[in-house]
Amino acid sequence: MSDMTRLTVFKTYKLYVGGKFPRSESGRVYEVIDSKGNWLANAPLSSRKDARDAVVAARKAFGGWAGNTAYLRGQILYRVAEMLEGRREQFVREVADAEGLSKSKASAQVDAAIDRWVWYAGWTDKISQVVGGGNPVAGPFFNLSTPEPTGVVAVLAPQESSFLGLVSVIAPVIATGNTAVVIASEKSPLPALSLGEVLATSDLPGGVVNILSGRTAEIATPLAAHQDVNAIDLTGADEVLAKELEIAAADNLKRLLRPQPVDNPVNWAADPGTHRLTAFLETKTVWHPTGSLGASGSSY
Amino acid sequence: MASAFEYAPAPESRAVVDIAPSYGLFIDGEFAEAADGKVFKTVSPSTEEVLSEVAQAGEADVDRAVKAARKAFDKWSALPGAERAKYLFRIARIIQERSRELAVLETLDNGKPIKETRDVDLPLVAAHFFYYAGWADKLDHAGYGPNPRPLGVAGQVIPWNFPLLMLAWKIAPALATGNTVVLKPAETTPLSALFFADICRQAGLPKGVVNILPGYGDTGAAVVAHPDVNKVAFTGSTAVGKEIARTIAGTRKKLTLELGGKGANIVFDDAPIDQAVEGIVNGIFFNQGQVCCAGSRLLVQESIQDELLDSLKRRLSTLRLGDPLDKNTDIGAINSAEQLARITALADQGEAEGAERWSPPCELPSSGYWFAPTLFTGVTQAHTIARDEIFGPVLSVLTFRTPEEAVAKANNTPYGLSAGIWTEKGSRILAVANKLRAGVVWSNTFNKFDPTSPFGGYKESGFGREGGRHGLEAYLDV
Amino acid sequence: MGVYSRYARRYARLVTMPTTAPTAARALADVTASDSTLRRFLHGLPGVDAVGLEARAASLGTRSIKTTAKAYAIDLAISMVDLTTLEGADTPGKVRALGAKAVHPDPTDRSTPATAAVCVYPDMVAVAKEAVAGSDVKVASVATAFPAGRAPIAVKLADVREAVAAGADEIDMVIDRGAFLAGKYLKVYDEITAVKEACGTSARLKVIFETGELSTYDNIRRASWLGMLAGADFIKTSTGKVAVNATPANTLLMLEAVRDFRAQTGVQVGVKPAGGIRTSKDAIKFLVLVNETVGEDWLDNHWFRFGASSLLNDLLMQRQKLATGRYSGPDYVTVD
Repeated sequence: MSDMTRLTVFKTYKLYVGGKFPRSESGRVYEVIDSKGNWLANAPLSSRKDARDAVVAARKAFGGWAGNTAYLRGQILYRVAEMLEGRREQFVREVADAEGLSKSKASAQVDAAIDRWVWYAGWTDKISQVVGGGNPVAGPFFNLSTPEPTGVVAVLAPQESSFLGLVSVIAPVIATGNTAVVIASEKSPLPALSLGEVLATSDLPGGVVNILSGRTAEIATPLAAHQDVNAIDLTGADEVLAKELEIAAADNLKRLLRPQPVDNPVNWAADPGTHRLTAFLETKTVWHPTGSLGASGSSY
Repeated sequence: MASAFEYAPAPESRAVVDIAPSYGLFIDGEFAEAADGKVFKTVSPSTEEVLSEVAQAGEADVDRAVKAARKAFDKWSALPGAERAKYLFRIARIIQERSRELAVLETLDNGKPIKETRDVDLPLVAAHFFYYAGWADKLDHAGYGPNPRPLGVAGQVIPWNFPLLMLAWKIAPALATGNTVVLKPAETTPLSALFFADICRQAGLPKGVVNILPGYGDTGAAVVAHPDVNKVAFTGSTAVGKEIARTIAGTRKKLTLELGGKGANIVFDDAPIDQAVEGIVNGIFFNQGQVCCAGSRLLVQESIQDELLDSLKRRLSTLRLGDPLDKNTDIGAINSAEQLARITALADQGEAEGAERWSPPCELPSSGYWFAPTLFTGVTQAHTIARDEIFGPVLSVLTFRTPEEAVAKANNTPYGLSAGIWTEKGSRILAVANKLRAGVVWSNTFNKFDPTSPFGGYKESGFGREGGRHGLEAYLDV
Repeated sequence: MGVYSRYARRYARLVTMPTTAPTAARALADVTASDSTLRRFLHGLPGVDAVGLEARAASLGTRSIKTTAKAYAIDLAISMVDLTTLEGADTPGKVRALGAKAVHPDPTDRSTPATAAVCVYPDMVAVAKEAVAGSDVKVASVATAFPAGRAPIAVKLADVREAVAAGADEIDMVIDRGAFLAGKYLKVYDEITAVKEACGTSARLKVIFETGELSTYDNIRRASWLGMLAGADFIKTSTGKVAVNATPANTLLMLEAVRDFRAQTGVQVGVKPAGGIRTSKDAIKFLVLVNETVGEDWLDNHWFRFGASSLLNDLLMQRQKLATGRYSGPDYVTVD
């Protein structure tokens, strides 16, 4: 029997919601195939109820995550990079399968994704200084503007870039203290579902990132209409879906990040800049009286 | 000394402003009638006197104005920033020169006291242009990367509560960044925007850079929906803001919305009481409460409720309601019959739902639109008057026991525009300010504005910021 | 917290009290029982936000007082002037001239009201008394080692007794600012009560805080309550001898204090801004503060005074302008 190859153990891919790994409450799955049409796995086919549960988990996690120090958030994001580095080979394989890439090209994608976590890990305690600051108002007031996270953000991960694109849309959302409900690439959800396993072991509190797989339109529609979702990143939506979701999102004035036009797609390898950070930040401006030291009117 | 100290009438002279019997639309540097010849009347809310007849822009006019703005865009955006800056500095200076005239005009058309237009609106209008003028040649240094580009034609729809100030908040950053503008003032307050058109003429602003289209909601909707508009900026009600967001869905138009609010003004038991009372009054009775960031919910710590309410009622009894042109008037007229009806209905509902209503003795003029300063006590979060924006001089008083409860109640609203905190304890100010989900937090003060200070809301109070460096972003392709 | 809420409870209860309440001393006897109770009470008073206070004072300063209101205010202001001379060079002649002017401020117009008082040093009281004899003009004397107040208590009390004996109707004392700033509130309190006793029943007591030296608005509010608890008939901003004297903001704050004190105790106390008020326009701004903070009850020279010297001539020139329609000049009012 020595020449017989060992039968591998398949992984059951599950959702990542509230720090746990549930199956879809619907009990449904769908077939995930590679670029050549070979079966890779069955992924959970999330329902609107899974979306609802994910929003509840994200809302519950928001106060604590936003209330952490930026330093701690940075360390946790860096921890994600550390954990990914150790599971690099797994992700290279999953990305190669998902996107039909050579091993070296898939490696480049994974390396860039790991480095992206490091990039955003460093941003957590710098963005406030870059986009906030004191305002020199014409009066006896100390006036300070600081950015604060918007809240619960629904993220439609890009359909094509199953891992680098995915990381590039999740990390900036949570770096600033938001929590996320992420819809994985519809046809290539496996790297996203595996990322959930990494996040669960990276000191990231449960509920900060919630990952759903399934039909993007089916999951995104209730999220866009959900009154307890504060923002939506439409990156993974096509033009028709994006418009429908934008209309639904207007009901509670969600902050929007629209998809790039088809003739000008995102280059996920490029310098990401700060716009994905600032898209989900609110500016709070606080006024404090200063005035003179005493009734004699002198400030000095 | 028998007689009391009664202030004699001290009316500001109307003679400083010359209102023409009729005004056209301002398109491509010229005043013109509406294509369909439609006009509407604008009245003085304090007397119901017709002030002027104004052309009402229709779809054809909107199209013509957008085309003019598009045509002007290439040259305007290509001007060196330093040259654009000088146009804006000119505008700021002309506004300062004509500020008395504009203050009187605004008071006539809006109904707000001359004290406010003279001391608040007009100085802020000039300051806003002066501030953004300085940005025009410094955009490379604004933190949006090198050479940030303007968006194109900005369609802007503004409300009636601060007509000229809202115009300044919209036009100054748009022009500084190199955009051109089609602006629709509110139907009840079109005059100051039309006078602004004349200021553009005096400043020598190139034709088509600023176009002013008076009209009703349908005119605004046409501006928003026009396919060649690249940027939409709206200040007004949350309901209309949502409609605009739906209208532009699927386009590449950039949107900023500054909408309604139900601001909580939180008074702790260690507050500087006399200043808190002033802040409460300023928070809800400034501009007759017709302010999106009004402190319309007073959250007072239960242990000082009686003391604070006594002081507040005593203070309200000194408010002087009447002729908005009188320099001693504190409370002017409500802007329109429609708004008065809305305030009246909501106040009546407050009473019907069991809240206790109080107003100081206050004689209302027989003509015009007036509403006495009103205070409701015994209000809970469940009352309509604690949830809906009234946009009038009506204060709902609620109580709390602990800072946690105060914050929870303050945040318990779909809105998130403003809030106030009154306490002498510095760390409490910072802790509470941190937890409030509101875009502007005033601690130991209220309703302060400055061109350098970003203004805008959380949640359903809208998105985007006006003022400061932040205000540039709305008009740049970044 | 305990002291504060006690204040709050009292306040709430007493705002509706009839004005025939027990005296301040009885109502708040526990407050002055010891240095620590007094300190806790004064430090439990609500704080003052300087920017807000000054903004309110400035806002009231924009009131436009015209025509009939202006005429009323000018006459009211004249009637509230404590016409003052407090110079080392004061002579009987100077004081007699001042007295004559107080009785008939405008010799060309006998309808001009007299001032409330003349205010002099103790050794000039007798001369002043004679100069205003037969009129309603009072004689006020500064005392207690004015303006510094740095003398032994026995000297200060002797100063007061001399002035009262010479016929002073009013005594303008200075508090011991050093003791106040050192936190020795009971010492300040005891000194005021002793002076009050020395005034007897014939002289009303004005207590000068020298607000410019107390520096903070919180201190001015505390000093106001301390003075009123100790029996002041008037609380007064300043001596006129330091850089910062009466301002709209510190006077507004003291008006709030007398308003709250009456609400709590039923006892009405007067207010006297002094120093730096030179023009009719300024004086009218102060009257607006009175009108809109404490109201009519204080719009009378029994309850509100201006400590001033040059103010009177400006009021007279404005009065002439209102009567004749043309601007007056310094040659048409008397120099004293």
